[in-house]
This record gives sequence, structure tokens and C-alpha cells, in this order.
Amino acid sequence: MPLADPIYLDNNATAPLRAEAVAAIHQAMGPPANPSSVHEFGRRARLLVENARQSLGLLIGCRAQDVVFTSGGTEANNLALSGFSNVITSAIEHDSVLRAAPQASLLPVTDDGLVDLPALKQMVSALPVDQRDQTIVSVMAANNETGVIQPLEGIVEVARHAGLATHSDMVQMLGKIHIDLPALGLDFASFSAHKIGGPTGVGALFVRPGMSLSSLLRGGGQEQGRRSGTENILGITGFGAAATAAFGDVAHFRDMAGWRDTFEAEVAAAHPDVALFGAAAPRLGNISCLAVGGKSSETLVMALDIAGVAVSAGSACSSGKVTASHVLTAMGAGEKAAQAIRVSGGWKTRKEDFERLAQVLAGL
Amino acid sequence: MGSTPTSQSISSALTASNSLGFAKPEAETRVVVAMSGGVDSSVTAALLHEQGYEVIGITLQLYDHGVAVRAKGACCAGVDIHDARTVAARLGIPHYVLDYESRFHDQVMQEFADSYLRGETPVPCVRCNQTVKFSDLLTTARELGADCLATGHYVQRFDTASGPVLHRGADASKDQSYFLFATTADQLDYLRFPLGGLSKTETRYLAQRHGLSVADKLDSQDICFVPNGRYGDVVRSLRPGAVEAGDIIHIDGKVLGRHNGIIDYTIGQRRGLGIGGRKDADETDGPLYVVSIDPETHRVIVGPQTALACEQVHLGETSWVARDGPPPLGCAVLARLRNTAPAMPAIIESVDDQGAVILLQEPQFGIAAGQVAAIYDADDSQHLLGGGWITAAPLAALAV
Repeated sequence: MPLADPIYLDNNATAPLRAEAVAAIHQAMGPPANPSSVHEFGRRARLLVENARQSLGLLIGCRAQDVVFTSGGTEANNLALSGFSNVITSAIEHDSVLRAAPQASLLPVTDDGLVDLPALKQMVSALPVDQRDQTIVSVMAANNETGVIQPLEGIVEVARHAGLATHSDMVQMLGKIHIDLPALGLDFASFSAHKIGGPTGVGALFVRPGMSLSSLLRGGGQEQGRRSGTENILGITGFGAAATAAFGDVAHFRDMAGWRDTFEAEVAAAHPDVALFGAAAPRLGNISCLAVGGKSSETLVMALDIAGVAVSAGSACSSGKVTASHVLTAMGAGEKAAQAIRVSGGWKTRKEDFERLAQVLAGL
Repeated sequence: MGSTPTSQSISSALTASNSLGFAKPEAETRVVVAMSGGVDSSVTAALLHEQGYEVIGITLQLYDHGVAVRAKGACCAGVDIHDARTVAARLGIPHYVLDYESRFHDQVMQEFADSYLRGETPVPCVRCNQTVKFSDLLTTARELGADCLATGHYVQRFDTASGPVLHRGADASKDQSYFLFATTADQLDYLRFPLGGLSKTETRYLAQRHGLSVADKLDSQDICFVPNGRYGDVVRSLRPGAVEAGDIIHIDGKVLGRHNGIIDYTIGQRRGLGIGGRKDADETDGPLYVVSIDPETHRVIVGPQTALACEQVHLGETSWVARDGPPPLGCAVLARLRNTAPAMPAIIESVDDQGAVILLQEPQFGIAAGQVAAIYDADDSQHLLGGGWITAAPLAALAV
């Protein structure tokens, strides 16, 4: 029988909206609000957008003016890569990178889920010099399925040494560990509001000062000509409020790593054949990606859903069909890739949620 | 055959049981409903949900709809999956889409193409029921802890002292027992068909009463992965280069013309033979039919309707519902050789574990290898005994 109160452990798909975001959006709703208008209404709208820009800038350690608001992480990734004819990326990226650059060279990953740095060095040194200014290296900060934190410092160092531009999809890392963009030296970085408790339909691209960027859509030249279209006031306002609230989450996610580790240890004790993907590499504290009990991913996700625990498997296409994870396949998981489920906590997740999942798994 | 249930035995079997035959409250009975997105399975889910069962909807993604209709870039889900999701959401039941594309491709579509290339006329829907729906989906339903798997098929299932039996749907025009000939007693133990006793009109009424958006949807007539009915295109894309042109020959030996591939022809076909009017035709012969297809020489052999007559039907991969096996040698049965055709009296001429030969009382016309013969009880034409895949149907006219 389903629980009266189901447990949500699929925060990497989307997180519940924070009360702070709800309040901010509610307050902004109603008045006409085009930030480009010269009148009082327009100025108030402009202030909402700029406050949100500042909040996000504080969270990621950059100046407000280096933040371009978009319709989400997907658009931010597409926008960042749009100015380059040659893309080097990893085999474990989100589809919004892989499909935005179908001709990209793909870096392999180790069995632990880490992008292979020597392979990057080799690929970069083989690159003709006259192609370097049209080339961007794009590697995600933390993987959405395994939580494995990628060696961005090393990647940026190799790329910059060769004069290549750099981008990172930082959607999953935002709010979970401190992000210091100036120290990383990235040229572009993508973010999404709804993964941190903001609304869906809004995201942002960090653009390092001095980097040029042209809008994908032709139009009114908003966002300093980098993203045309009237700003999504309500979404951006909610994003700003969520970013401010997310500031205090880093300790929560550090604690969660402990809950997650206890959960994994319990499952491993009950099922000696469990596969814990990426567990040997540095990981975000909120994610556990595991194959247990020999059931297929889709069966396990259904059985858990029926038992009142929401998790996911691989990545669901819009039909809801589950396909084997390209991330785990790239990690050499073999047939275990088709048995993996992803457990991901969020700002609202409690220790009891992981404990409950361990119980339910034991009872299946 | 003697296992026909009486109304008394049916009602006694259901004493103190819920409508699905379980001796526990509906709310504690978990049912997986195979939801195709069509009217029948939607009504099945709605009915069981209304009766208080814990209903879980599952839709199988069998093929890439975008590829099937050649709409590049379309979402992988067809409109039927979308409909099933909407119906489930409206009912407030959990619903899942399972990716059976590779299984369906290997076990149904490949076989479909090979069968046509062998000069046969396949029935992929039976193969799908046999290998995908009642095998893999049934396993998944068990893994989810469901008490049974319900479908919207128009067949009736009864419990008897000797095990479950399968009967034709109460509405003869909608009966689907032909497509379920290969159902086994073990599968039947776990299967339920809540619509089997209803007419299509009643189902449509129920759909409207439940506010189901599919109530006005047309019945699906085509093979699901051949949405425009042009199955030849599907075979050619599955087996590029395998289709060869050949001669169209009259049984009297005269070459009448050429064709672009035997896959475009079916035994008993009259229209669209591509040989136009024969100037030298003996008008008294009447129209010409495809009477035989030779995959070795790529010949399509045509002749008058009388040449299609066939009395003996060879069956392979036979399957019998009852646990005690096939009907005995010499047993009088009824054989349905096409879904829409009446079942014809026949005798079991030989039978073993793998196959059977049946002798029809009256010769039949246009029996194609690759098709299915569903066998019914001679004493109770409603009672499905099983059946087999037609491997050969020798023509009396061509016999030496």
C-alpha cells in the first residue's frame, strides 16, 4: 500500500520549491513588469531582476553583471557552446551538451566516473593550432547520475595552457558545495534554478568578463545583447530568492554525505553484490547511484514508487520510457547499467528519508 | 472435451471472492493493467479502479513511433502512450512506460520480416501476445507484487476444477480468442479479462461514463508498427536488399507478368496482382487468385479460386491451454483459420508435442502459411483449446 506521505529522493530531477521562492514570486506577481520600460513599473521590474542577479552572483562568487539569465540549464549549455565550431566534452555530459554539439570529441571516463585528464591532454595536443580559438572544452562540474565531482581545476589548466575556452555545466553542483568561479578560471558556467528549490523555466549562464557571447534568439537585445526576450520576471525573482536561501545549505549537504554513506553501508551489508557507482571518487553528498538485487532499473523504480519512495533510473525521456544510462555505460558498468537507480537528496531531505529507503529496499 | 464450466461451477468458484477471484478485499488486491492507450484497456483500468482495486497501469513502448511514421525528430512516444498516460493521470493511478523496443524488434518485427520473405503471411499480434505481453510483462507484474495482470482483451476466463479455461468474448464480433490461442494454463492463472463479458457498445458507454478521452477513438485495425498498412515498406526497410523481383505464373505454367517481390503477395489475394486483364484468359475461369508463393524461385503462382482449396492444415509450435496437453488423435474440433472467419469442423489427424495436422471437413480457400489456426471444443464452440502456427496447407489442385 502506498504511504500516506511518499518520500521524495529524486532531487537531481527537480527539487521542491522553497518557501522563500514562493514568497518572492507571490510578491512580484501582479503589476506590469517589463524591465526594459522607462517608467516606474519598468524600474521596479528592473530592480527585481538585478537583485536576483546579485543573489546568484554571490552564490557562485562572480559579479552580478557576469550573469546572463536564460530559460534554464539546457539553454545555458546551448548558449555557451553556440559560439564555437569545435567542442571537446566528456562522454558523461547531459544531453543538453551532447546534443548541442553532436560533432564534439568525447573524453572517456574512468571506471570511477572521472573524466580522463591524460586523454584530454592528448586530445588538446593533437589539435591544430589554427583551430584553437574556435575550440571550447566543456566538462560538467558534478555528474547528474553519479554525483562524481570532476577534476575541473586540472581540466581548465590544460585547456587554458593551450589557449582554449572553457565551459562547465554546474547545474548539479550549485548550492551543494561552494563554487568559486574566479578561482576556477572558467569562461562559461551553466546553472538552473529548479535544482536548488527555485522554479522551473529559469537558469543562468556565467560569462567571464571579456568573453563575447551572441544571443541565440534574435530580438530586443536584452541581457546586454546576450539573451533576447523579455526577462522571465517571476522565474528570475524565484531563482534569486532560492539562491539566497541555498547559501546556507552547504553544511546540510555535508551532513547528507554521512546519511548517504550509512545508507550505502546498510544496503551493502544486506546485498553483498551491490554496485555503488562512483563511490570511489569524490562525490556530491546527496547522491547514491546503485544497482541492487538484480532487478532491472525500471522494475525497481516502479516497485519503490508503489512503496512510496520516489527515485529515478537513468534519464527519462519525455514519454517516461527509461533508457540505459549513457553515463554508467561510459563508466564500463556493463549490464549493471540497466539495473541502476539514482537516489538524490535535496534541501528538504532528512536523515529519516535515507533510513526509510533502506528499509523499503530491504523489504522488496 | 468435457471441461466446459457450468454456471454453477463458475459461481461456486467465486464464492467469497472479489470480482477478480481473490478471497480478499479489492483494496488489498494489486492489479497491473496493460494499457495500450486504446478504449478497451482504458476502460479495464477505469472499471477496476472504480471497483476499489489497487490498479497500476503499464504501457509498453514497443517501437519508435518516430521511425515508424518516418517523422524525424518526433518524440519517441506515439499518441497512444500519451493517451494511456492521460487516462491513468485522470484516474489517479500510477502509470509506467516500459521500454520493450529491443524485445519487440527481435521477437516480433524480425520474425515478421522473415516470415514474409519465406512467402508466408505472418500474424505479428499473436507473436506479440505470446512473447512480449504474456511473457515479459507478466514477469514484471509478478516482480511488482501484483496479484494478477488484467488486459482489455475480449475473451472470458473461467476457473474450473481442472484449472482455468479460456472462452470466446461474449460479443462474437469482438472476440479476440484467435489472437490468444497460445495462452498457457500457467499464464491464464495470472491473467484477468474484465471486458470479456461485455459488448463493444457497453465498453464505449463505460468509457464515456468515466470521461475517458479515448471513447471516440477508432478501433485499431492495422498492425501497430505498420500504421499506414504498407507492410511491404516495413519489410523492405528491415531487410534491405532481401526482396527480389520475380515472375507471376499461372498454375497452367504460363508466365503472366513480373512482380517486385513476393512479400507484396498473400495467399488468396485477388486484387492488385499487377497482371492486368489477360487477353487469352478463359473468362469462365473467373478472377485469378494467388494460390502459392515460392520463396526459392521468387515465383508468385496464380489460379482460379478452386485451386485454393485445401483440406489438410499442418501446425507447428502448437500450444494447448489445458495442463493435460493436446486433444487426442481423431478428436473432433473446430478450427478458426482467420480471426474473422467462422470456426470450421475438423479432425485431429496427428498430434505430438511440437505440432499437429488437422483435416478439415470441408475444403477451405486461401489458407496461408505463417497464419494461425485457433482450435475450439467441438462440443462448445466458445471454448478455446489452443492452436498452432500454420506451417503448410497443401493445395489439393497442386497435389501430384
